[in-house]
Amino acid sequence: MRTDADRSADRPARGAARLPRPLLGPALVTLVLVALVLVQGSAAAAEEAAGTGEAAKFGADWESWHANTNVTDMPSVQRGARNFVSYCLGCHSLKYQRWSRLGTDLSIPTELLQKDLLPPGDKSSAYIVTTMPAMDAETWFGKTPPDLTLMARARGRNYLYQYLKTFYVDPTRQTGANNLRLPTTAMPDVLSELEGLKRAVFRDVATPGTGGQFTHEQVFDHFETLAPGRLSATEYDGFVRDTVNFLDYVSEPTQAARRALGVWVVLFLLVFTWLAWLVKREYWKDVH
Amino acid sequence: MAVKIATGAPAPLPTGVVAEPAKKGFWVWLNKRLPVEEFITTQMTGYLAPKNFNVWYFFGSLALAVLVLQLLSGIYLTMFYKVGAATSFDSVEYIMREVDYGWLIRYLHSTGASAFFIVVYLHMYRALLYGSYRAPRELLWLIGMAVYLALMAEAFMGYVLPWGNMSFWGAQVIVNLFGTIPGIGPGLVEWIRGDYAIADATLDRFFAMHVALLPLALILLVVLHLAALHEVGSNNPDGIEIKEKVGRDGKPLDGIPFHPYYTVKDIFGVGVFAVLFAIVLFFVPTLGGLFLESPNFEPANPLSTPEHIAPVWYFTPYYAILRAVPDQRLGALLLLLSVAAFLFLPWLDRSPVKSMRYKGWMSRTALALFTVSFVVLGYLGLQPAIGVYVVLARIFTGIYFLYFLLMPFYTKLDPVKPVPERVVYHAH
Repeated sequence: MRTDADRSADRPARGAARLPRPLLGPALVTLVLVALVLVQGSAAAAEEAAGTGEAAKFGADWESWHANTNVTDMPSVQRGARNFVSYCLGCHSLKYQRWSRLGTDLSIPTELLQKDLLPPGDKSSAYIVTTMPAMDAETWFGKTPPDLTLMARARGRNYLYQYLKTFYVDPTRQTGANNLRLPTTAMPDVLSELEGLKRAVFRDVATPGTGGQFTHEQVFDHFETLAPGRLSATEYDGFVRDTVNFLDYVSEPTQAARRALGVWVVLFLLVFTWLAWLVKREYWKDVH
Repeated sequence: MAVKIATGAPAPLPTGVVAEPAKKGFWVWLNKRLPVEEFITTQMTGYLAPKNFNVWYFFGSLALAVLVLQLLSGIYLTMFYKVGAATSFDSVEYIMREVDYGWLIRYLHSTGASAFFIVVYLHMYRALLYGSYRAPRELLWLIGMAVYLALMAEAFMGYVLPWGNMSFWGAQVIVNLFGTIPGIGPGLVEWIRGDYAIADATLDRFFAMHVALLPLALILLVVLHLAALHEVGSNNPDGIEIKEKVGRDGKPLDGIPFHPYYTVKDIFGVGVFAVLFAIVLFFVPTLGGLFLESPNFEPANPLSTPEHIAPVWYFTPYYAILRAVPDQRLGALLLLLSVAAFLFLPWLDRSPVKSMRYKGWMSRTALALFTVSFVVLGYLGLQPAIGVYVVLARIFTGIYFLYFLLMPFYTKLDPVKPVPERVVYHAH
């Protein structure tokens, strides 16, 4: 949404630069106002479209949804860490990641880490481990919730993004929820408080078989919102992206440092190779 | 040091003659006890290599460079890695996260494994192009093949060590291949695993093989490979024996000392390779799941099979051949033959010329088809074995084997071009 608004704000502004000087000031003010109205308008329209309005059929293209996250976007990773602690840590661990490492990498001051993130009684050198006993989890959900440290590397960011966005109400499931990315998932729709509830509409696809018989298959068509959550669709999308971005960071905490170091190593090697080429050329002048 | 005062002007040295520095002290002492100088003069400065090497001739020295890289990074990894079904996976993550620059060492080793195969495949392809396996280099070729087989075992066992889910299931598939051997199969598989399933005992012994036996074997075989090379001398893109055209001093006219000419050239080659290697290592270390497969970021789980089991890319051509046949025993046999076929090349190639430069359209077409089939099979080995993929795998398996089976015929019938007297070289 923002990109559209940016573009509409950009275009007239560039045109305005060619206006005669006396007109420039008022023209710019007008344009900024127009742009602001457009931004507000488009954002509101987007919320309406994604919200409870009549155009609430969505999700048909869920398989092509991309997480589009960026681990160098520090505020996003920080928000993701907050989301994880608030909504995931109850059941899921990050058993290869220490709290202190999280604090250092995400520039979270020690006090803040102690006050807002660390479970009471945990040392900051401890690994990020859920307090839910594995035995209980097994009884309650049929399986222990998986450790999430490496999930972004094992399944990919888009997988996580699609997983967190395709929960739907399914009374046939024990948890009352099902998922498109991971059908019959054991995980309840814990984020429904934020996202709201949606139902999946399936269409019947009949394939002719032998003897005039048809095989019927239920194929997902679209989602319909049943009840809104605390967040708007745009806000929830941001919430999921931040969380996925955080999980991407956790899956390889050194990735930003790796890329940064790589630039220097490649530059050094290019210079080295160039010098090696000069030496080679000098020696080979003798060969006829 | 005593200095002699010269009387009169010193006699000028004849032009072109450089005064040899007097050898004394430690160097003399050392060489009386260890033939260091003799080794350098016979194997480096005195080893004459053809002057017309092209880009294909970089891959031998690159393979040596990668071997050293793998040995050094591997030693470093063993300092932190804890072998065992309960500890392996965790210790690899410990290396990736908590050991200083552990991630760098691990990526050096994992990227190095793929780089090793890229370099070795190109090195072998060079031999196919220029007939480097032909007499008098048959034994050189066979030792090289032994290096390749040892490398395959080394890579396979190394892949099991992180104890990820693909490590486990990959080991399951490969080890079970031995079960297809009639009679002794099932017992042999149990003996290899040391258990009734791929388990802790298997992991421990694969570790022993990977860090001790196979590296020793590789080093020994590489030394033999180089010794055989220096005995027969290097082939070259023209496939001409430079030893047959010697000057008055008895030295090949087209030979130049390996050191310094090829040492400086190979250092440049290592530089180019290192740039490409570093780009992969620092920016795409998993190369989209080709160099490090995503299921291997989940711990080994005997109860959860990955969606489809695929080996790392360097084994996929053979894996596609294995799966192209519905019968498992026949598939395993074809897999064995597809690797072993290379051993027979020195005797299958009947062409009067060595190099592809002077071979005719038949040999060229055959090699082109073989190249395509190897690459396509490599791709198919990464895909699930369903539908059209199976049909394609069968077609290209056929072409793969025809390259070898028909070689005695097409190399003989092939209209070859005349081979020049001396190597083709244009000074820059």
